[in-house]
Amino acid sequence: MSRIGVFVCHCGENISRTVDVERVAAYAAQLPGVAYATDYKYMCSDPGQNLLKKAVAEHQLTGIVVAACSPRMHEKTFRKAAQAAGLNPFMCDMANIREHCSWVHENRDEATAKASDIVRLMVERVKRGKVLEPITVPVTKRSLVIGGGIAGIQAALDIADAGHQVVLVEREPSIGGHMAQLSETFPTLDCSQCIMTPKMVDAANHPNITLYSWSEIESIDGYIGNFSVTIRRKARSVDEDKCTGCGVCMAKCPQKKIPNVFDRNLGLRTAIYVPFPQAVPNTPVIDREHCLKFKTGKCGLCAKACGPQAIDFEQQDQLVTEPVGAIVVATGFDLYSIDRKPEGSSIEGYGEFGYGTIPDVIDGLTFERLASASGPTGGKILRPSDGKEPKQVVFIQCVGSRAREKGISYCSKICCMYTAKHTMLYHHKVHDGRAYVFYMDARTPGKCYDEFWRRAVEEEEAVYIRGMVSRLYQRGDKVVVMGSDTLVGVQVEIEADLVVLATAVQAQPNADSLAQKLGISYDKYNFYSEAHAKLRPVECATAGIYLAGACQGPKDIPDTVSQASAAAAKVMTLFAKDQLEREPIVARVNERNCVGCFACRKVCPYGAIEEKEIRDRQGNLIRTVAHVNPGVCGGCGTCQATCPSKSVELDGYTDEQIVAMIEAL
Amino acid sequence: MEHDFEPKIVAFVCTWCTYAGADLAGTSRMQYPSNVRVLKFPCTGRIDPVFILRAFQKGTDGVLVSGCHPGDCHYMAGNFHARRRFAAFRQLLEFIGVDLNRLQFSWVSAAEGGKWVEVVTELTERVRAMGPMVEFKELEMEEHWSGKLDSPELKEAYQNI
Ligand SMILES: Cc1cc2nc3c(=O)[nH]c(=O)nc-3n(C[C@H](O)[C@H](O)[C@H](O)COP(=O)(O)OP(=O)(O)OC[C@H]3O[C@@H](n4cnc5c(N)ncnc54)[C@H](O)[C@@H]3O)c2cc1C
Ligand code: SF4
Ligand code: SF4
Ligand code: FES
Repeated sequence: MSRIGVFVCHCGENISRTVDVERVAAYAAQLPGVAYATDYKYMCSDPGQNLLKKAVAEHQLTGIVVAACSPRMHEKTFRKAAQAAGLNPFMCDMANIREHCSWVHENRDEATAKASDIVRLMVERVKRGKVLEPITVPVTKRSLVIGGGIAGIQAALDIADAGHQVVLVEREPSIGGHMAQLSETFPTLDCSQCIMTPKMVDAANHPNITLYSWSEIESIDGYIGNFSVTIRRKARSVDEDKCTGCGVCMAKCPQKKIPNVFDRNLGLRTAIYVPFPQAVPNTPVIDREHCLKFKTGKCGLCAKACGPQAIDFEQQDQLVTEPVGAIVVATGFDLYSIDRKPEGSSIEGYGEFGYGTIPDVIDGLTFERLASASGPTGGKILRPSDGKEPKQVVFIQCVGSRAREKGISYCSKICCMYTAKHTMLYHHKVHDGRAYVFYMDARTPGKCYDEFWRRAVEEEEAVYIRGMVSRLYQRGDKVVVMGSDTLVGVQVEIEADLVVLATAVQAQPNADSLAQKLGISYDKYNFYSEAHAKLRPVECATAGIYLAGACQGPKDIPDTVSQASAAAAKVMTLFAKDQLEREPIVARVNERNCVGCFACRKVCPYGAIEEKEIRDRQGNLIRTVAHVNPGVCGGCGTCQATCPSKSVELDGYTDEQIVAMIEAL
Repeated sequence: MEHDFEPKIVAFVCTWCTYAGADLAGTSRMQYPSNVRVLKFPCTGRIDPVFILRAFQKGTDGVLVSGCHPGDCHYMAGNFHARRRFAAFRQLLEFIGVDLNRLQFSWVSAAEGGKWVEVVTELTERVRAMGPMVEFKELEMEEHWSGKLDSPELKEAYQNI
């Protein structure tokens, strides 16, 4: 038999002004199952809570209804008090007679009647309440970081410095990401390599970091605190443990004319290669598509030259499985493929700009490689077509960005700044050259950013033309740029030696498939979605997964690093506890009833529903039923409303409780 | 204002948006008819259409189902499943003779105290004008009558249904 206690609060006069609280208490006292009812001026005050605790002991109460404010206000308070009195906290509920009653109604009789109804419904609910124990799940204090750009490196270093193991997975042969390709960086113009390489080395040498380069995520199972990750280590054809990184193999390789993607195809590389000299790890990879040994079976010069005999043509992809408790996704961005419409994409190309057909039309990243001291030209600005120094360079901003008609409506955020940087770098290297910039707006929020931009315009003599370019075409060895100057209202035509397009920042081409493996959401541009745009900007809605860097949206380096450290801090917060505790509002399957249709699994937004095999004593499979993983279940109850056989039930919101309340309406 | 008939309204709401929106109406001291009784669910996804049917059977005159706006569900997709479920359920209700004007679906966010007041007031007034929900009572009466089936053929036919 239930022995429910009802405590009606005056809330000073907030409730008692319109609700006759004594009448409500008297009404409650005679409800079936109610053992005690009273009213008090401030239930949430210390004396109020003591009154509640005393009543539990005196009247052997089994459940409590506090008729007061909204549960969003004080449910925790009263559940704690109930617990202190020796009750299960989930046997205490609140009847909201303030926000939902006394504050919104004026007529005292009506408000009193409604308050009595609300109390009656809650009494029915608590009478059918179940004792619920908090759910704890263990935490594996190791973290996975996906992507070894500056975001992934920073997050990995922070977590590793806090004393936790990190598994860092990078798809390319070397970590470094886009930052390794940059020349000098705004707003301070320090050399990107100089600030990046030490971090890359730190990450690779850190005792707490296991680096898997040339590797990809194969699959991910599990949930917060308890993920299991399978990583595909792609065959390198070089034994990482034996290789000393001397580079003799590359010197011997006869296949020397392969365009180097790292240099935006401006430089050449061999079939056995490291993407750039400062690569970390410094172990080469054999590009099997171009290697003669793989193509014709003959050659093997590198293997003959290799002192430690590290070359292994037989090497296969390897799958390794790592247990981790948290995941930081830091897979970065890609640049807009200017000339063509990517397959299956809703985004249009810019064929009219001649990218890919006019050799002296390049993108911003290619310009970075030209300007980089370790780049294919040794830092000289030389145009691709004939290697001459360009005297007139036209930069075009917002190529792809903010172009709704082409399919992208967002601002790429970094192009205004890096174009200003490019004009400066150009001016420093080609003193008699002239830089023109076509722009829509100059967007320079950020510390020292506007100052930087002004410097480009005012001191470094970049000519900024507000307007769009309509056409580019080759005339002789020049590229003619036709556009409009909308401030002056005239058409302009510039004979350029080189044109640099600031193309939109886009998501990685395979961002969606990784998201599906991780079970995280992404927006229509395939950028990963944070749990809340303002208040939870580094967490995914999926618990235990965090975001860092440009995979979430266009970002410059300072923002990327901040977010990476924030994500690391979130991981450390998670790792500060040995066990995770969560509210026990989770679904539970009645295995006897379940018919195994898995309608529930189709609707579960968390992927919490698993298959469970029921076997007889001999181990023969009898049937497969649904099982809810309590660590993953979010507690929405959608499965319960969907189950055709009524076999799954959400604790705290059982059918029995709800139907009893409806019956009591 | 005095009315001849005061309808019984029940609102099935999710805790994250509409319940919080109703709280906001309270903290903003907005006023609305006191006819509504609120039943809290974690999410609209938890609301089984059977609950709505049950409420009507128990003599509720109007039902409101309300949760987060599409895309804002605390559990990502609960309200999408709910929306789909209720679209089908409305047809069933219509089939069994319930006037669909008695049932209202509205998205009310945690910030929309004003909208909560509007929705509740509108539904209350509409249902008040429609008068009491009698369909199920009539059904009950019919059954009562059929209890008095006296010819054996009728009785058998009744059993076979
Ligand atoms: C032309 C240009 C100039 C710029 N100049 C500046 C500047 O001067 N100052 C400034 O602050 N910012 C600048 N930026 C911006 C800067 O490059 C970015 O802010 C920064 O690179 C973002 O770092 P990230 O780690 O998020 O992404 P990335 O640098 O893109 O790194 C992502 C890494 O993840 C790896 N990866 C991707 N997918 C997977 C996968 N599925 N599995 C495993 N690994 C994966 C990639 O290989 C890569 O190594 C510039 C950008 C451009 C395009
Ligand atoms: S594979 Fe051999 S030759 Fe090539 S870099 Fe490594 S150690 Fe040197
Ligand atoms: S919907 Fe119900 S019956 Fe079907 S698998 Fe899930 S719990 Fe079992
Ligand atoms: S939480 Fe409000 S509808 Fe799902």
